[in-house]
Amino acid sequence: MRDLHVSDIIAAVRQAAITANYVIGPDLLAAFRRGLAEEESASGREIFRQLIDNARIAETECVPLCQDCGLTVIFAEVGQEVHIVGGDFEAALQEGVRQGYQEGYLRKSVCHPLTRTNTGDNTPAVIHTEIVPGDRLKLWVVPKGGGSENMSRLFMLKPAQGWEGIKEAVVGTVREAGPNACPPYIVGVGIGGNFERAALLAKKSLLRELGSQNPDPDLAAREEELLKAINDLGIGPQGLGGRLTALGVHILLQPCHIASLPVAVNIQCHSSRHREVEL
Amino acid sequence: MSKEVRLTPPLTAADVCALEIGDRVLVSGVIYTARDAAHRRLMDLLAAGQPLPVDLQGQILYYVGPSPARPGRVIGAAGPTTATRMDVYTPTLLRLGLKAMIGKGRRSPEVIAALKEYQAVYLGATGGAGALISQCIRQAEVVAFEDLGPEAIHRLVVEDLPTIVINDCAGRDLYDEGLRRYARTA
Repeated sequence: MRDLHVSDIIAAVRQAAITANYVIGPDLLAAFRRGLAEEESASGREIFRQLIDNARIAETECVPLCQDCGLTVIFAEVGQEVHIVGGDFEAALQEGVRQGYQEGYLRKSVCHPLTRTNTGDNTPAVIHTEIVPGDRLKLWVVPKGGGSENMSRLFMLKPAQGWEGIKEAVVGTVREAGPNACPPYIVGVGIGGNFERAALLAKKSLLRELGSQNPDPDLAAREEELLKAINDLGIGPQGLGGRLTALGVHILLQPCHIASLPVAVNIQCHSSRHREVEL
Repeated sequence: MSKEVRLTPPLTAADVCALEIGDRVLVSGVIYTARDAAHRRLMDLLAAGQPLPVDLQGQILYYVGPSPARPGRVIGAAGPTTATRMDVYTPTLLRLGLKAMIGKGRRSPEVIAALKEYQAVYLGATGGAGALISQCIRQAEVVAFEDLGPEAIHRLVVEDLPTIVINDCAGRDLYDEGLRRYARTA
């Protein structure tokens, strides 16, 4: 067993929450640059120009990339040889979020769903924990914006609807999102599992490096097919019309019940923010 | 052919009727922020027959909930939020003389009709460009509903805030125009 003190976990989450909101990943910046070179529409190219400028200003001037600093999602992979000491694991994750959003001048965007009273510190974060082999703790801190989450959808299809049904669900979700959820999008697709697992797969698929190939060649081909169909919609950057409505489609899949075909589509705005830390 | 226009409120009907979808509009001067909760409060005041904290005649509302300002800074990130959530309140505010709104995403058919009726426009700013847009904001102060935090009504002084006309007084929609131009049907 390896001891891991909660103070180290708190510090790591705090820093990851701040960095995620100020610095975009190299994969996303590369996609913006590619977009600037490849987009046919002039207004679309102007959007890519602004997004590249925005990323530079955020990092150098210390202004968050987006005023919607998100509801924080944390994926935790806890090695079964890790022994957490000094306090509660989940409380430590929440404390890290609390400190990061306070010290990082990040917007607190979490409220009671009925009274709409703000919790004041951006907690509670949504935490997904898995126990895995090993003696390391891996955390992904993912601030997720409200606008793109609002346009995400879950479908319980009939098995007879098959791939065509899945394709229509994915493309239809993006069509409905239109300009509202800050395109160009990254589209996370979860197929299989059950009602809640499909949604989780869709969200988790967004953690994959943008521009990387799906390790399953069949899924890689399907991702290409969906990306083409989405980009044929013509929504374009910020919905002003153009070739690039999505920068990528990511699929995660697992077996499901013989009666079911669950499909979840998690729309990610272009401000795709996530940080990975290992302790 | 789209044109570039500089606008400073208060705006007249003539100012906004000269705008067409696709025109690039650089907004300067005083604008007011409001999003979901502030709109709700404005409606409550109107329902109670009370005056609004801000005279909307000829003004521009910006749908934004900024992130907190660092010490010594004017404001944090300040990009637009999704406008459709405000659709239900918008015709009422247009009737009171509001001349333009800045946001992102589609408006309802009711709002598009009201823009035509009351001669006003909807301007799009780049969603997710919160750091970039913050550079255009010279002053910021809360003028109403301070308890709402980021959702309070702020008075902003802006300089050359970049927007594009999404819905004009003629009932046209730039998003539909974009689809007509770029959609490929199988």
